[in-house]
Amino acid sequence: MTGAALLFLLLPVVAVFLRVPPSELVSALGSDAAQDAIRVTAETNAIAMVLILGFGTPAAYWISTRHGGVRDILVTLVELPLVLPPAVAGVGLLVAFGRAGLLGGTFDVLGVDIAFTKVSVILAVTFVASPFYLRTAIAAFEAVDTTLPAAARTLGAGRARVFFRVMLPLAGAGLGAGAALAFARGLGEFGATIMFAGSLQGVTQTLSLAIYEQFDLEFTVALAISALLIFISAFILLIVKVLTRWHSGSGSLIPFAASTRQPS
Amino acid sequence: MALRIRFTHPLRSFDASAELTVERGETLALVGPSGAGKTTVLRIVAGLLRPESGSVTLEGTVLLDTAEGIDVVPEHRRVGYLFQEYALFPHLDVAGNVRFGARGNSRVEELLERFRIGHISRARVHELSGGERQRVALARALARDPAVLLLDEPLSALDTHTRSAVRAELRELLETLDLPTLLVTHDFEDAATLADTVGVISQGQILQLGSPSELVSTPSDPFVATFTGAMVLAGQAIGTQNGLTEVRLDGGLTAWSADRATGPVNLAIYPWDVSLGPSIDGDSRMNHLSAPVTSIAHMGNRVRVHVGPVVAEITAVSAERLDLRPGAVVTASFKATATRLFPR
Repeated sequence: MTGAALLFLLLPVVAVFLRVPPSELVSALGSDAAQDAIRVTAETNAIAMVLILGFGTPAAYWISTRHGGVRDILVTLVELPLVLPPAVAGVGLLVAFGRAGLLGGTFDVLGVDIAFTKVSVILAVTFVASPFYLRTAIAAFEAVDTTLPAAARTLGAGRARVFFRVMLPLAGAGLGAGAALAFARGLGEFGATIMFAGSLQGVTQTLSLAIYEQFDLEFTVALAISALLIFISAFILLIVKVLTRWHSGSGSLIPFAASTRQPS
Repeated sequence: MALRIRFTHPLRSFDASAELTVERGETLALVGPSGAGKTTVLRIVAGLLRPESGSVTLEGTVLLDTAEGIDVVPEHRRVGYLFQEYALFPHLDVAGNVRFGARGNSRVEELLERFRIGHISRARVHELSGGERQRVALARALARDPAVLLLDEPLSALDTHTRSAVRAELRELLETLDLPTLLVTHDFEDAATLADTVGVISQGQILQLGSPSELVSTPSDPFVATFTGAMVLAGQAIGTQNGLTEVRLDGGLTAWSADRATGPVNLAIYPWDVSLGPSIDGDSRMNHLSAPVTSIAHMGNRVRVHVGPVVAEITAVSAERLDLRPGAVVTASFKATATRLFPR
């Protein structure tokens, strides 16, 4: 049974590489459509990751310092985009940021039209990927023994120093794992992007969208991009594994980190 | 020049409150069971917990005054806090931990030397023994040049083997430091060894404050007596004879006490005031009880022997001479003047 299950899971992945010779896959990656998609994906995802890390890290830290019901409500709100169907996310982004949406008027006043631009791709990717980072980051901060920041403060460290010198290094592995997960999700983003940003080659067409378009046009290009994404995904998975192992393994590295959160 | 604390703060099932003064060079120990509110006092002094009402003054500087709305943040209080399990930073080495508190002053080398951790200055926290961890934590706490030292269960994370050596070291350190020191522990023996003044704390209230010998000789209530190591036996004071109170203990035995009481009482007696012998030997002691030995526990050069309802603490040498073994009938004796009666 295990063999059948594993075969079922692995067969589609292996099949991508068996349809055409590897050399054809490599040359297909050189096509204009593939090159444009790589560029668009790299740009939009890089900016999205900067936004996710920049805003998400302090937000996750703040949430991790809350207690009880407030914390639970905040975590649930953060997790909502995680379980939301991508099509709903696309509609939501349209009616929030689109031309006729809630904030559309604001963008008009500013003379900005984000529809079908890279900005809309970045918004879509950030929206669907940030919960992955936030969730992991909140857990990583909460896993730090609360007496450590308390000790740092009695040693003369202000809040900022406690954050940068104690919390960030100790939660680092967890934050890295969360960032890798968010990046993987952003890379695969499809539904919300195609609805909110469209699929314009060289502008909003990311790798995932390019696969869908090349599916009908040049199937080998679709296969080549798929193969590329398999490699990247496998690499991200490896990073997450190494980081989470390091993180959970810290139980033995930090024998006293597992003490109670509630001092008597 | 002292630490003054006064506060009231609600805990889960009771209100904790205290009013304490610790002079410079003095060590005050708060001793009590876990959950009694001991750590709360330390957290309030350090600024990690703001009590519902109260004030903290250190060397004339007001650190906290809830009535005046003053609450100095922890990083600006000159407090050296030794946490229960030391709270060393696992991502820093020994020198990094000590330097964290020092903020650029040059005392780090001196402290590493003084606490004999210079040779392990590059070691990570997880590589250290319990005793080394404690020295690193002390060096780190002193690196910021504190005006008060707070010690939370400084010995509880150590095994019994290193404990007594570390305790002697700590005592020496506290004597040389000219700081007010506030220490909390659940172990009366640790408190008695390390502190000049001991406060017994239960349910957030300090029951009695005094020197260790005062607490042992004149405990103010049965809880303090138990905590300082006494056995507490329940009974009824049934009369007076020759100025002594006759107590019928629950279980049928009779004991005499030099304390006066009537009605239901608790009788407290320390194990080291109970002697053992093969028979009633007509000496000056008023209380004798013959019963089989139920258990014998060795504690270094001393032995604790359970005889009926009482525990006797005698030297290992005497235990050997008496040839004690479980089941053998011996007579436990104690003086009426060694007992304390507390009305129930």
